[in-house]
Amino acid sequence: MAGKPKLHYTKGRGKMESIRWLLAAAGVEFEEEFIETKEDLEKLRNDGVLMFQQVPLVEIDGMKMVQSRAIANYIATKYNLYGKDLKERAWIDMYVEGTTDLMGMIMYLPFQPADTKEKNLALIIERATTRYFPVYEKALKDHGHDYLVGNKLSWADIHLLEAILMTEECKPDILSAFPLLQAFKGRISNIPTIKKFLQPGSQRKPPTDEKFVAVVRKIFNI
Amino acid sequence: MSGKPKLHYCNARGRMETIRWLLAAAGVEFEECFLETKDDLTKLQKDGSLMFQQVPMVEIDGMKMVQSRAIANYIATKYNLYGKDLKERALIDMYVEAIIDLNELLMTHTFQPADKKEQHLATIVDKATNRYFPVFEKVLKDHGQDFLVGNKFSRADVQLLETLLMAEECKSDILAKFPLLQSFKARISNIPSMKKFLQPGSQRKPPLQEKDIPKLMKIFH
Repeated sequence: MAGKPKLHYTKGRGKMESIRWLLAAAGVEFEEEFIETKEDLEKLRNDGVLMFQQVPLVEIDGMKMVQSRAIANYIATKYNLYGKDLKERAWIDMYVEGTTDLMGMIMYLPFQPADTKEKNLALIIERATTRYFPVYEKALKDHGHDYLVGNKLSWADIHLLEAILMTEECKPDILSAFPLLQAFKGRISNIPTIKKFLQPGSQRKPPTDEKFVAVVRKIFNI
Repeated sequence: MSGKPKLHYCNARGRMETIRWLLAAAGVEFEECFLETKDDLTKLQKDGSLMFQQVPMVEIDGMKMVQSRAIANYIATKYNLYGKDLKERALIDMYVEAIIDLNELLMTHTFQPADKKEQHLATIVDKATNRYFPVFEKVLKDHGQDFLVGNKFSRADVQLLETLLMAEECKSDILAKFPLLQSFKARISNIPSMKKFLQPGSQRKPPLQEKDIPKLMKIFH
């Protein structure tokens, strides 16, 4: 029985993907157990391992952790990706909550009715380019450092890269007005652990397609 | 110009209420600047005071903090309401995130259209009494201590009390099957800073009423 963290979730990105990114960035090997059917989820529930009957679940350091933010907070702190003090943590939290909101919009897109998709996609692009990306572009411009907070790689950087790549999947030229974010993307992608995670065959999950939406709906009864 | 935190939000609970609770629990006096019209919000946006153009915003320790979780995390850490180490923080976070989920469900009840309200209330009661409350009842039963984590008052206790009271506003006997949560409620309510916050005239906000919704919609839409 390895000491590696063990992730319980579907084969999709969902609320587990940011956790996969964090572990990968920290260079932590992890195992995954995939929920493929409704019965798989029921089994976890009946086993009593899901504190609130929900996944994500991550078995780590003797705990069965649930709630994606709780898990991410723990991993970020444990692997020194959460700033050096309270003030840096405040900035990291603000930035991460912003990218969480943006990625949340994108995550739900495949699940929305076909007739609202175009409108919702337009809203995502608008928000990305007028509400979120300008903030990070300005942060990088103002301090001129390689990383968002404290001149050191943190969760904020990893999360922003994840958000940038996810948004580019919606619109490939979405960074055209953000030269510093383009450079940021290149730079952070080249960090060895992250570069490895971005290669084919890693545990990074692909975007959710229509087929997978049907699978997810069945598993979670939604 | 005082050193007190200054809260920018509308005169309602929404996403600011938990922050008010945490500050009150920590015994920290705070000021409030209420958004009454869309122009109030626009002004803050144009000032560059809102990182993502949204409220809540709290001016604290020289920062203009946004994002309710970021603000709550900061206050909880600063005032020692976040456990003594990483493991306690993990437990607190798990409890708090679930409480926030239930809180969101409760908060949206007033916004439900009339024909969906009864169904929504049934969902609330089901989730509260089958998914969330049993967990906290069991936690208290298993360790027999006064507080949820680490035998010490933390944000988990504050946020659970906030949500228990909100749940009772939806259904007054919702705690009927949870004796330990009932005594928890009484016990935490009696902590001096909490007792003070629960008294009339405090900065605690009342439940949202349907008649208040149009005004809120005008500000944000």
